Amino acid sequence: MKRLSPYPNWFYLPGAIIYAVLFLVPTLLSFYFSLTRWTIFDSEFIGLDNFVQFFSEPALVKGFVNTFIYAVVTSGAKVVLGMALGLLLTSQIVGRGYLRAVVFFPVLVSTVGVGLTFQVLMNPERGAINAALGLFGFDGPGWLTDPSLALLSVALVDVWKGVGLATVIYMAGIVSIPAEYREAAKMDGAGPWAAFRKVILPLSWPATSTVVTLSLIGGLRSFDLIWAMTKGGPGFTSDVIASVIYKQYQAGFYGLSTAGNVVLFVAVTAVVVPLTRFLASKEVNA
Amino acid sequence: MNRALTRWGLGGLAILSSIVVFLVPFAFIVTTAVMDSRQAGEFTLAWPRQFQFVENLTTVLQTRDYLLVIAFINSTVLTVVSVTALVILGAMVAFVLQRRKSRLTGLANFLVLTGLIMPPAVVPTIWVMQKLGLFGGMPGLILIEITYGLSFTVLLFRAFLATVPRELDEAAIIDGAGPLRLFFRVVLPLLRPVTVTIIVVQSVNIFNDFTNPLYFAPGDQNATVQLTLFNFQSQNLTSYNLLFMDILLITIPPLIMYLLFNRQIVAGMTSGAVKG
Amino acid sequence: MRGRRTVVSALTILAITSVTACSAGSLGSSEDTDGATKITMLTDADEGSQSDAKAMVAAFQKANPGVVVDVQAKPSGTDGDNLIKTRLQTGTMTDVFTYGSGSLFQQIAPANNLAALTGDAAVAKVDEAYLPQVSVGSDVYGVPWGNAFAGGVMYNKKVFEQLNLQVPKSWSEFLATADKIKAAKIAPVIQTYGETWTSQLFVLGDFHNVAAAAPQWAADYTANKAKYATTPAALAGFEHLQEVHDKGLMNSDFASAKVPDGLRLLASGKGAMYPILSGVLPQLEQVAPDNVDDIGFFALPGPDAATNGLTAWFPNGVYIPKSTSGPKLEAAKKFLGFVASPAGCEVMAASNKPTGPFMVQGCSLPADVPQVTKDIQTYFDEKKQSPALEFLSPVKGPNLEQLCVEVGSGISKADKAAALYDQDVKKQAQQLGLEGW
Repeated sequence: MKRLSPYPNWFYLPGAIIYAVLFLVPTLLSFYFSLTRWTIFDSEFIGLDNFVQFFSEPALVKGFVNTFIYAVVTSGAKVVLGMALGLLLTSQIVGRGYLRAVVFFPVLVSTVGVGLTFQVLMNPERGAINAALGLFGFDGPGWLTDPSLALLSVALVDVWKGVGLATVIYMAGIVSIPAEYREAAKMDGAGPWAAFRKVILPLSWPATSTVVTLSLIGGLRSFDLIWAMTKGGPGFTSDVIASVIYKQYQAGFYGLSTAGNVVLFVAVTAVVVPLTRFLASKEVNA
Repeated sequence: MNRALTRWGLGGLAILSSIVVFLVPFAFIVTTAVMDSRQAGEFTLAWPRQFQFVENLTTVLQTRDYLLVIAFINSTVLTVVSVTALVILGAMVAFVLQRRKSRLTGLANFLVLTGLIMPPAVVPTIWVMQKLGLFGGMPGLILIEITYGLSFTVLLFRAFLATVPRELDEAAIIDGAGPLRLFFRVVLPLLRPVTVTIIVVQSVNIFNDFTNPLYFAPGDQNATVQLTLFNFQSQNLTSYNLLFMDILLITIPPLIMYLLFNRQIVAGMTSGAVKG
Repeated sequence: MRGRRTVVSALTILAITSVTACSAGSLGSSEDTDGATKITMLTDADEGSQSDAKAMVAAFQKANPGVVVDVQAKPSGTDGDNLIKTRLQTGTMTDVFTYGSGSLFQQIAPANNLAALTGDAAVAKVDEAYLPQVSVGSDVYGVPWGNAFAGGVMYNKKVFEQLNLQVPKSWSEFLATADKIKAAKIAPVIQTYGETWTSQLFVLGDFHNVAAAAPQWAADYTANKAKYATTPAALAGFEHLQEVHDKGLMNSDFASAKVPDGLRLLASGKGAMYPILSGVLPQLEQVAPDNVDDIGFFALPGPDAATNGLTAWFPNGVYIPKSTSGPKLEAAKKFLGFVASPAGCEVMAASNKPTGPFMVQGCSLPADVPQVTKDIQTYFDEKKQSPALEFLSPVKGPNLEQLCVEVGSGISKADKAAALYDQDVKKQAQQLGLEGW
């Protein structure tokens, strides 16, 4: 009798079937439609015209630059702040329960609500942020109306809204570190910084790699907060590739927007796949 | 001495900054939710001239024949069923993916990432669902949520499975455990912190989803909570006070859920976490 | 262990409540529908649209006891438009639905997706001027839902009285008026780029003047023969916007202000002229209920006072999809006939304040409409109005609002924006597969 693997391939099956039928099949179908002029009601094969059209979008270069800035800023900040908050909220500080709640609350609030709230707070004339800066004698900028600031302001709000998620993942990562390792570090007389570098950082690597992957993909692909706060504006100054595609979709250019999604997919994959390889190679097996 | 300093000093500092960073925006949401519609349209962080808590609350609840109540039920059913399935199916996939390197591994890893990167194609998906008779109802919608949540779940489980020592598997196998028992009885219980994290995160995503219900199960009978926000928005007239009251109402139940589950994530801390 | 039990029991409780309540479907409205034909209707989810629809349905059901109409909801704006296309394409549309007329209507491939109403009693009373907006060739597919409205300038009559100003009838008069208002420390022109769509008024609301200067322009434009950048009359809209910015005639918070901010500025007399669609009247009532009748309306002026006139928008239509058949189709047609009748207009007029004339024969506006509506009606009565370009041509680029924001904010110049808009338009025409592009 052949010995069965303790890790049978049929464990893939239930998930794989659902995923293949409801995701892979429609996605492959949509690849075909990226080669058509598609108004939803009928489609006509036009070869690579959509891709040519997509690459001649006037806002494309700016969009790629913005996408990159947005993704790097938001994912970087989420990793650093998420880890700091994760450490803080798993340590023995006062008001821990309260802090865990407030940090996570923004994750739960709908994007529409967050967008409106910060439009009001960041209003250059009447907003609370500039009013507070005014008290210290600073003349606050037009956070969302200054073309050179709008994208970074939205990125800031994105971090505000999303850092709770990173924090929860880090908390799980830190909690999963076997207590023995910390004890051992303490026995060796390691200070908090050494304990962090030698124990917590490497052993919470699963959390770091997940947060990096998720927030980078999220940052490269996301546009909903940008849409809610600036609609890519003023003008096109805070447009990212995903918001350019969304505008095409909204205008009824279904073939073109599908082609855009294919382009974005290739671009994001080119960044993310090597990154995940790198992250996996750094993994410490317990 | 040092400990107390950290405990009170750091905690105090964190609480102070949380007031500025988090409570001020919340204050805007809460005050707007209890204002009259005229003041809410002024878009300022201000004390309500007129408290309309009860009035706004009842208006929001009663809008479109208590649609919000139906939406709560729908979102809850959708969330509970989808997340349960997601955790089980996702963990199974991640388990084999992390433990057994084979020709399938590379492809599977790539497909997992694809699910995170490629946005779903709405119309082709509807065609597939119509062919299978899944369109327009809760079962189809649940399968959709499972599909779209699977990548995230697998990714997170796979990363954390690396922290569960393989020696444990071998010990269980020697004891005569089959794959199912090994997985459900030995490995999954050790993944409690990450499981709870996944439950929390996916619950939030699915509870707050509105695009998928809108396209794959249209109609009021399938409405989810986020869809009720459209009741108070239009190009020509938006009732901001009611909109924010609705936002507040649909945010509080998941917050309570989060607080309950969150104790589970950290519960492992004191009980010594994973025994390696 | 205690922890796990809490989670499990919380899940169990949730599961039980959900299963027992699962089949609730709808609360509150479980009327007896024995023997009646039940049809469904889809319209915008917001309070105003819903109450219009509910009022119409109630009056209709009273007159037709054999039919029950169930009102459902969709998001407004482009989200809702996409949903409508998706549901039509997949054959899952409700029996009756409201949706845009004109170029938006042409985008849903009416001949393939909608039930034709040509010659049916339902369309007998529809105004001649409206019929082309819901027709393909000689076939009619819809009836008007609500009132026409206009794109032009809402202005504060009190400010005009105090400063002894007249309604400007040409662009040079407009600038002169604005200068006098500015001298009185009042913001002459209100702009609200916090809601980007409002930036387009100078271009879209100027179309009457384009049509007056070049009557064939819309047809040439559709045929890829005329461009914004190269037709002086069409370019004028962009130039006016740039002039207003360059001369510093705008309110200081134009970049972040939203429509309610703009209306508040206008109603309080701190701003004098607000180029906008008259469809925002309900917001004016909400923002400044005591000042509604201080606000009047005039058309965006062009080069020549003699051809001064209004750019008008047609109301949305009500349509029946092809997927509706049998008794439901009959009931749906009956409903449309009721909507496009004097009885239907009365229901509409009572449910919300009309923003312009009805497009149904035998309907007139009630006497108590706001001043803005009265002013708009005058242009219609004097036949000094043209439909907006989107009712004459299917060609409309999606990025006009961003381009206008750039011009109005001083990021870009009129000629550059017009040229970019021509490119935008070309892309749209190609994507929709129009002839000659």
